Amino acid sequence: MSLWEYANPKRFMGWTRPLLPWTFALAVLCLVVGLVWGFFFTPDDFRQGSTVKIIYLHVPSALMAINAWIMMLVASVIWVVRRHHVSALAARAAAPVGVVFTLIALITGGIWGQPMWGTYWAWDPRLTSFLILFLFYLGYIALWEAIEDPDTAADLTAVLCMVGSVFAILSRYAVLFWNQGLHQGASLSLDKEENVADVFWFPLLVCIAGFVLLFIALVLMRTRTEIRARRIRALEARARRA
Amino acid sequence: MIALLLRDLRLAVRAGGGFGLGLAFFLIVVVLVPFGVGPETAVLSRIAPGILWVASLLAALLSLDRIFALDFEDGALALIATSPLPLEGAALVKALAHWITTGLPLTLVAPALGFLLSLAPEAYAYLLLSLLIGTPALSMIGTFGAALTVGLRRGGLLLSLLVLPLYVPTLIFGAEAVRRGADGLDPTGALMLMGGITAGCFAVLPFATAAVLRINLR
Repeated sequence: MSLWEYANPKRFMGWTRPLLPWTFALAVLCLVVGLVWGFFFTPDDFRQGSTVKIIYLHVPSALMAINAWIMMLVASVIWVVRRHHVSALAARAAAPVGVVFTLIALITGGIWGQPMWGTYWAWDPRLTSFLILFLFYLGYIALWEAIEDPDTAADLTAVLCMVGSVFAILSRYAVLFWNQGLHQGASLSLDKEENVADVFWFPLLVCIAGFVLLFIALVLMRTRTEIRARRIRALEARARRA
Repeated sequence: MIALLLRDLRLAVRAGGGFGLGLAFFLIVVVLVPFGVGPETAVLSRIAPGILWVASLLAALLSLDRIFALDFEDGALALIATSPLPLEGAALVKALAHWITTGLPLTLVAPALGFLLSLAPEAYAYLLLSLLIGTPALSMIGTFGAALTVGLRRGGLLLSLLVLPLYVPTLIFGAEAVRRGADGLDPTGALMLMGGITAGCFAVLPFATAAVLRINLR
């Protein structure tokens, strides 16, 4: 009994079925608690007023936008090395979710930036690298859509994901070179020197947990859909041959 | 390898189209810019480094789908893949041929077009140098993109969507080097970083390209 047995499509369908409603329920619970707590039961910031509350959407979605790509990278490597179809499908399933998170981060960032910096958009390193990440996601999804043969598509997108990761990191540091930014540095690192105050920190943690769970639930659901779609295609192919 | 390189060069020159087209496109884009932003010399010389880099990037993009598409259609690519030359080497040669037919002419013509955009006189050397260092990376990345989309019927549009984000670091450092040269600052840092990117691309991407070609030829 190894870990890889869970990657068998049939087993995967088996163990995710009971897991899925729980993940969803927990995600919704965390999001509701975190957002309500954050929006209504935290004080306004000294300087930023109530706009600080966008943090509860902006930070978790930005975090998950990057983590979704990392998850796709891991899944792609597993597909290339061990040829587990579920892993390729999971990478495919994660991409649109990642796009949406990236978009949420960009839009909430713009809404937050307008009152704070006086502009919706600036060519700041962090903002620019997020926009580039968004383009990478689009290219990845477009390549999946363009290729008919599922195995070829999985192989090619896996290679693209790996090469893309290198260039995404490269772009991240390239734009640093190019412009000094408005965006603040990390304020959630584990050493608590320059972090946000505890009042904002705890609801934010709950929100981050909610976004992580939501991501897991959505990816599981989309992977299950992909597996079903592939089964249907196989059945249709068999019916045509018969 | 040399035979393959010579064959690709001969095809590019004799088949027509691809060779001169990229240069003409480069010229047209650069000529269009003054119409778009107005003919003030100060504005033009300010944006000239960026325009020249973006235009050469687009010109390089234009001829990318020809790298593998024709060979794929007539079956020559399968022959190349089964030849004793490793596919990684073939990928490298293809990128090199693309660079010689587009990147190198672009580099040589760019100073003349910089003159049209009234680029600062100090920047010409750096423009030449940055294009010389940067365009091989564009060709290599483009070869990878072309290999990814070779089996697709309408790969051209997808190719640009895949390749342009990969061009971002090269573009940033290239334009930055020229801009620093124009402002009288020291552009060595940007040039060296760009050289690093080019070297890294040539070290890694032939393998990725060959892997992708094998998948597409399966």
